[in-house]
Amino acid sequence: MFYRENGQFKTTYRADQQIFPILQDRMAITALLLVGFALVPMLASDYLFRAILIPFLIFSLAAVGVNILVGFCGQISLGSGAFMAVGAYAAYNFFVRIEGMPLLLALLLGGVSSMLFGMVFGLPSLRVKGLYLAVATLAAQFFADWMFLRVQWFTNNSPSGSVSVSNLQVFGLSLESPLAKYIFCLSLLVVIALLAKNLVRGAVGREWMAIRDMDVAAAVIGIRPMYAKLSAFAVSSFIVGVAGALWGFIYLGAWEPAAFSVDQSFRLLFMVIIGGMGSIMGSFFGAAFIVVLPIFLSQFLPALAGLFGVEISTAVVSHAELMVFGGLIVWFLIVEPHGLAKLWSIGKQKLRLWPFPH
Amino acid sequence: MKLSKLVLASTLVAAGASGLMAGNAFAQAKEQFIPVLSYRTGPYAPNGVPWANGYVDYIKLTNARGGINGVKFSFEECETGYDTARSVECYERLKSKGASFVQPLSTGATFAITEKAPADKIPVVTVGYGRSESADGSVFKWNFPIAGTYWVAADAIMQAIAKKEGGFDKLKGKKISLVYHDSPFGKEPIPLLQERAAMHGFNLTLLPVTAPGVEQKATWLQVRQNRPDYVVLWGWGIMNSTAIKEAQATGYPREKMYGVWWAGAEPDVKDVAEGAKGYNAVTMQHGAEPQSKLVKDVMAMVHDKGQGTGPKDEVGQVLYMRGAMSAMLAIEGVRSAQDRFGKGKVMTGEQIRWGLENLNLTQPKLDALGFAGVMRPISTSCVDHMGAAWARIHTWDGAKWQFTSDWLQGDEQIIKPLVKATAAKYAADKKLTPRTPADCQS
Repeated sequence: MFYRENGQFKTTYRADQQIFPILQDRMAITALLLVGFALVPMLASDYLFRAILIPFLIFSLAAVGVNILVGFCGQISLGSGAFMAVGAYAAYNFFVRIEGMPLLLALLLGGVSSMLFGMVFGLPSLRVKGLYLAVATLAAQFFADWMFLRVQWFTNNSPSGSVSVSNLQVFGLSLESPLAKYIFCLSLLVVIALLAKNLVRGAVGREWMAIRDMDVAAAVIGIRPMYAKLSAFAVSSFIVGVAGALWGFIYLGAWEPAAFSVDQSFRLLFMVIIGGMGSIMGSFFGAAFIVVLPIFLSQFLPALAGLFGVEISTAVVSHAELMVFGGLIVWFLIVEPHGLAKLWSIGKQKLRLWPFPH
Repeated sequence: MKLSKLVLASTLVAAGASGLMAGNAFAQAKEQFIPVLSYRTGPYAPNGVPWANGYVDYIKLTNARGGINGVKFSFEECETGYDTARSVECYERLKSKGASFVQPLSTGATFAITEKAPADKIPVVTVGYGRSESADGSVFKWNFPIAGTYWVAADAIMQAIAKKEGGFDKLKGKKISLVYHDSPFGKEPIPLLQERAAMHGFNLTLLPVTAPGVEQKATWLQVRQNRPDYVVLWGWGIMNSTAIKEAQATGYPREKMYGVWWAGAEPDVKDVAEGAKGYNAVTMQHGAEPQSKLVKDVMAMVHDKGQGTGPKDEVGQVLYMRGAMSAMLAIEGVRSAQDRFGKGKVMTGEQIRWGLENLNLTQPKLDALGFAGVMRPISTSCVDHMGAAWARIHTWDGAKWQFTSDWLQGDEQIIKPLVKATAAKYAADKKLTPRTPADCQS
């Protein structure tokens, strides 16, 4: 009833090619942005900003990056944590070594460094694919772990190997309050996600998808595998690198290589698989699932047990959390292997027919 | 997928969101709230659990004793799994409930929270760990590495080794290897050991072990090749017992191994029992103290009432005592804050910061708290956030830990300049101005 495109005619190519061709979608997205930029800042508490919203935004950004590589181009990567680390440490070095370096530029340069790093470690993708490539990208992960632990130059010769930043400013505005951090991350996310969405809709994205679906066929119709694969690695690791820089600069403030360990790579891959491979929207769902669910469970389980008059210890809660989390992932993958984004599109499909399904 | 399932799924999500909102709404009564960041899961759990038990039991004991001038304490545990991001989340969540002070219990989290504490006005108490340069209170206004830092621990180990050899001059030309957890925690002692190596002319070899530390074959192969005169072990969790087993397999004498205090508790040696005989570790003040009055008090007032945390027979073990002592030092900070800002009131983070900075735990006070014989008096000041630099060495005799050295004191002549220089570098990096004497009064 409310979600039906009857009567919305497209009379120009321009209208046909927009990101959201359906009026209701455009309205929904505008509303979502309004909520994000106006309503949430008014309602959310400090804790919600710092512990949930900001990590969610940063992980969404990272998941968009990983999704481009894994979901759109089909190059399974376990090196996303390394790309985040390179982004964070490169941004750190630009930030502290160059006097007067603006934060935004440092973050983007971190992304560029990560892009170069990603392209180098994307080279094996020209020869190996699938599971083999996943193992090959693990090398990137271990290399980054080693590099940032052992090469003192990258940590500005800090004796303990831990680095920290402070007094962050963007265009003269202080980035100390959680609200400012949130708005900064959100703006960056909106801009980059929009660019990514347009990229995957365009010629480049179609090349990626062709390579993903069948690389031999793609090569036959004139798509250069090298160009397509390396560009996917470049774009993906740029975005992941920026997300890594944000993770270090905005969320943690001080970090060590363990913050970007192989766990982080797995977490990002799970986000993409649960959220939905090959869907920008899915990246957001995946990030929300992975960030919010453990925190929610750790609060919800004791409360639930409290209802039955049982007091459970922290250790039990955290073990139960892991079990429920694992169970949910398995359940999701069995029930909906295409991820949460597929659920979303099914929901939309149902709404088109609602209230009179066939 | 059916619509009903979709509805179910979205209800779950909605319930999740509302649960998070409700999480904030648990208001706290007029009690001093203490966040407890602990890890009872993960590779460091064997050591994290006894610490948390001691910490929580001491809070319960304080309440059983009637609180501090009638002010009782409430607490909430948050599981971090030794993960920095989780620790930050825990910190943010519990902060919103009015945290009095926070003990991050991990070097990574200490670094991250150090950056946040000045804005949040919450003291960061790191008893025996944390960043060593934060002993300088004029730069690190909110950090309290009370009762010693890693540099003190490393220095005490060097003194013990020198004593064994018959003086520091005998160390010339000797080989000492540092087997360390490859993380900021493991790297902390390096500047001090290098300083000592330059002073006395011994060779220091650095042998990093990748976290979490189960894979040490290559490291011990190097030990076998180098045959160092001493091995200093800077490990944590499963890394410690692995190292001792590897030493046993390599045939390296355990008598020549010295661990940091995170590598000197029962869980580290229990599995190896006889094989670990002779292994030494530094303790920051206390060791295993099952005979102390504190343990008897905990038994009588907490465990016998059925409110104890963890197994009864672990009360008084090394890490349990460490947890209890950590809680005690911070809670005494609350008491000293109350002495100035009003007895029987709930203190704010800022007031407790003052209290921690003006801690004066004399021997009679310690005796009254049940810490007689467990630790030495501690007093802090504006400049000195550490309070005391005392340590002892204890040795595993196959069944229990026993003290094998006198009291050792970290050499101020070496540590102080190092602290000053590193803290100054931090201040310069952060464009901080060190505190003035006037700021010290507040």
